[in-house]
Amino acid sequence: MTYESLRQAADSWGLLYMVIIFLGVIAYTFRPGGRKSADDAAAIPLKED
Amino acid sequence: MSKAIELSLAAFAGLLALFMAAGAQDAVYEFHAYLFFIVAVLVAFWLIGRDVTAADPDSYMDGPVRLGVLATVFWGIVGFLVGVVAASQLAWPDLNIEPWFNFGRVRPLHTSAVVFAFGGNALLCTSFYVVQRTCRARLFGGDLAWFVFWGYQFFIVLAATGYLLGNSQSKEYAEPEWYIDLWLTIVWVAYLIVFLGTILRRKEPHIYVANWFYLSFIVTVAMLHVVNALAIPVSLTGSKSYSLFSGVQDALTQWWYGHNAVGFFLTAGFLGMMYYFVPKQAERPVYSYRLSIVHFWSLIFLYIWAGPHHLHYTALPDWAQTLGMVFSIMLWMPSWGGMINGLMTLSGAWDKIRTDPIIRMMVMALAFYGMSTFEGPMMSVKSVNALSHYTDWTIGHVHSGALGWVGMISFGAIYFLVPRLYGREKLYSLRMVNWHFWLATLGIAAYAGVMWVSGIMQGLMWREYDPEGFLVYSFAETVDAMHPFYVARTFAGVLYLAGGLVMAYNVAMTIMGRERNEQPIVTAAAQPA
Repeated sequence: MTYESLRQAADSWGLLYMVIIFLGVIAYTFRPGGRKSADDAAAIPLKED
Repeated sequence: MSKAIELSLAAFAGLLALFMAAGAQDAVYEFHAYLFFIVAVLVAFWLIGRDVTAADPDSYMDGPVRLGVLATVFWGIVGFLVGVVAASQLAWPDLNIEPWFNFGRVRPLHTSAVVFAFGGNALLCTSFYVVQRTCRARLFGGDLAWFVFWGYQFFIVLAATGYLLGNSQSKEYAEPEWYIDLWLTIVWVAYLIVFLGTILRRKEPHIYVANWFYLSFIVTVAMLHVVNALAIPVSLTGSKSYSLFSGVQDALTQWWYGHNAVGFFLTAGFLGMMYYFVPKQAERPVYSYRLSIVHFWSLIFLYIWAGPHHLHYTALPDWAQTLGMVFSIMLWMPSWGGMINGLMTLSGAWDKIRTDPIIRMMVMALAFYGMSTFEGPMMSVKSVNALSHYTDWTIGHVHSGALGWVGMISFGAIYFLVPRLYGREKLYSLRMVNWHFWLATLGIAAYAGVMWVSGIMQGLMWREYDPEGFLVYSFAETVDAMHPFYVARTFAGVLYLAGGLVMAYNVAMTIMGRERNEQPIVTAAAQPA
């Protein structure tokens, strides 16, 4: 593995991999029905003490 | 672990310390070996007298949190005080007392004391508090949490005494020598085990966003610390070591570490604090939970690439400099998303800013988070950096983030925690919180303002050419011109320190169960109809 091959892997497939994961996370967050579970999660700190 | 195993571990540590002291090649190493020995003996005595009855698994483990809050206040005062000393040394160089207290040794003592001792303890104790409440589970690992707490204090003492005695591996914010780095690694892995173990045995199905931020802070700092500290010691019984990296690789590794220490220690960790304590104090859920998830992932994906902006116009390849700049500018968006999310948590309850000085402190923290994350990307633009780099402007920027964001959000969390942890109905005095708020805010505003003027002046003087192409000012002339600003900056630091002392008094009185006889913040007459 040379510097060149590592750099090329990073700025092609590596970049694509990161972008897909990031977009996937965002899409999952805004999925239909996501608001309900987000509101439930937001209430966690206020439930107890 | 059984008592026998624990005791033999302590005995082994004590023996190891004695061997280290016996073979020591230099005075600092020998001193630290003896400290290690004393600690091992103390631990052995503690183990012998320890109460081994199992704690109620349904209760929370708040012992380390209780002490952690006190450690935060204590190290905060120490760090601010050393900062005032360092600022005074710049203003009045006669205060450089050789060899222990010259600026070269006091400066890392100040940065480590505020970042790792004050900030680190604040993160440690709040993360232990928050993870238990939001997971509804007791801390994992029993007394391992105590090991993390005391192990971390021991790290701070080793680092601080090492600096004053002349030890440094010359990496900014990572000055401790190799054996102290190894010790911190052990403590940090234990921290990760406690935190992750607690999350894994949670009773709450969802992992609350504050825990994501805390966990990313713990994991990333482990990675940064281990890679940046890779070094070969000259001898196993000496303190000197040499980094595995050299030249521009060393510089890039250092700033990959340094900038992400800002990103994950001073930002992600304290955002975890923000996402728990702001909703708690405001008694409202966070404005948008989904925005907090976007905030988290964009911060994680972007921050790690921003480090090269510390190396503009150096031997670092141009493309890497540009990469660092571009990612820094992209960081604007998640940072401001997070700030808006925190501030808007108060929507519908804006009156709390007037009536609750703790909320006011948290809002000021968020405002400074917004301001310093605006200023930082701007300074990472190469043409701006050409003026700002190596000047006091950078120092001002760091302090608006550290004093404003990190300091204020920690003070808010401390004021929230102390009455709850020590079973008091309320704080000794809310009016003193207000005093602390104004002393700190004035201190920061003065500090940042003074450093802007001084830094831009310094940068302009450095680049001033006459028509023949000669530099107009010698370096000494720029130093001379900055003297009044150095004096003013020292005064700003004194204000911030005074605020810290007010807090220490308030916290002490609260723990003693006193309540100050004072007018409430909002009198009946001031209430709107």
